[in-house]
Amino acid sequence: MEQYRLEKLVKLFGRRQLALGGVDLAVRRGEMVALIGPSGAGKTTLFRVLNLTLLPTSGKLWLDGNEVSHLHGRKLREARRKIGTVYQQHNLVPRLKVIHNVLSGRLGRWSTLSSLISLLKPRDIEIAYNALKKVGIEEKIFTRTDELSGGQQQRVAIARVLLQEPEVILADEPVSSVDPSLASALVKLLIDISKQMGKTLLVNLHSVDLALSYFPRVIGIKSGTTMFDLAPDKITDELLEDLYSGHLPDNQQDENSDEEPHPPLLQ
Amino acid sequence: MKSPTLHSYNRAEKFAFPHLFTLLFLIAFIDSWRRAEVSPLLFFDAERRTSLWKFIAGMFPPDLSADFLGLMFRPAMETIQISVMGTLIAIIIGFPLGMLGTRTFSVSGILNEADTLGSPMRRLGGYFVYSCARGILSLFRSIPEFVWAFMFVRAVGLGPFSGVLAIGVAYGGMLGKVYSEIFEGVNERSLEAIQSTGANRLQIFFYGWLPQVLPNFISYTLYRWECSVRASAVLGLVGAGGLGQQIEISMRMFNFHEILTILGILFIMVATVDYVSAKVRALL
Repeated sequence: MEQYRLEKLVKLFGRRQLALGGVDLAVRRGEMVALIGPSGAGKTTLFRVLNLTLLPTSGKLWLDGNEVSHLHGRKLREARRKIGTVYQQHNLVPRLKVIHNVLSGRLGRWSTLSSLISLLKPRDIEIAYNALKKVGIEEKIFTRTDELSGGQQQRVAIARVLLQEPEVILADEPVSSVDPSLASALVKLLIDISKQMGKTLLVNLHSVDLALSYFPRVIGIKSGTTMFDLAPDKITDELLEDLYSGHLPDNQQDENSDEEPHPPLLQ
Repeated sequence: MKSPTLHSYNRAEKFAFPHLFTLLFLIAFIDSWRRAEVSPLLFFDAERRTSLWKFIAGMFPPDLSADFLGLMFRPAMETIQISVMGTLIAIIIGFPLGMLGTRTFSVSGILNEADTLGSPMRRLGGYFVYSCARGILSLFRSIPEFVWAFMFVRAVGLGPFSGVLAIGVAYGGMLGKVYSEIFEGVNERSLEAIQSTGANRLQIFFYGWLPQVLPNFISYTLYRWECSVRASAVLGLVGAGGLGQQIEISMRMFNFHEILTILGILFIMVATVDYVSAKVRALL
């Protein structure tokens, strides 16, 4: 069963800035995929198309066998609900308590009125608590979100995705703003959760090491197209060198990503 | 790579700009001094000194009789009440106009953009609404509240209500402008994250947008309320009720010792309001 299918997917910003230049891709249900590539390669844009934030300029996008690239209104929101996203950072509302940030994963299921009431008197506290327990910070449930560290905030974001109960989890550079020693723990957590609950997992990673050591399928992206799509043991140093070669940080920024021009973490 | 142009620009800036700036500043200063008829020597003029002294001496001792203080209680309360009602109307005017005058709200941005891409016509319409809201806000605040009060006294008659309307309109313009600046500063990334869970626009508004703007919103509104207490005292001078009207009466009757009392009451009121709003702000 196919989760995603992309056919010649193109995304232009403005008239001329090519962010994605015809991506073809198929992802099976329950698959674990890592995407690597230089910053500005279009990984973030690809994820924002995959989670239906951006409309592709041309090409087709299927989710669960349904064409979703031109949905709108309620249908679009229902499709978005199936896709949970963990962003790089700044994806929580800092002034809200952790519980509300976690519960906002439920918004796609709640009526507007009951979500309003929940801001005053949180509902589904138990579910939120269990999700937080799964990511290991249940004691922070009533803390204000901006009092947490970067790694803890990413855990809150993962808990929000748990409450959303999506079919797919997209994680866009989930660990690049986190201490490297915590990074692999967070990636493992994402993998464990997806495995346990049978979700499809797609992760953008800065760190080639993390991608190669945890994921059975690694896709290299450069200049808005896929360079390779292989099992980690088939990925040679040459391929990686090619992927990251000739990369100028100011060359092809996609305007909505704040990926920093870190060198990839190669040993 | 781009250094040659950058370099020459820097040099040009280094040499010409400060001198030009100094010259302009000097001209502005000298001309303003002359045209504003600034003449500190007046204080040494014997005639002026006596009239100034008369005015100051006339204020002492302040009239602290229970009779007069009792008489001032109503107008003092009225001043506060005018400022509260006026600020309330200002919020009612400023909040929606401020939202419409926010680019990320009416032209582009998650809360507006019809499912990620608006048509060109929609965009144009958005710009139209945006410009209208901005225009109305500038009009409202470019006319001083004093002038508004003058007009409203003609429209609704003497009394506190014209003061309320004057503050509501003029401060609505100021609040709306600052609100829209606060709204522009909202971090769209957290909104995007909430949107990606399948939330509708109202839910994004309450879960992502409002929590981000609320602290600044309250804090600035409180600041404007402080200002409106002072303003509503002045508005009385054109007959819009409150303590100002009492100042006007005492001025006309040359009862300067009453004026000092009223100024004292005003001082205490403003200080209290400052204190209260500082306390509230500390809670945010």
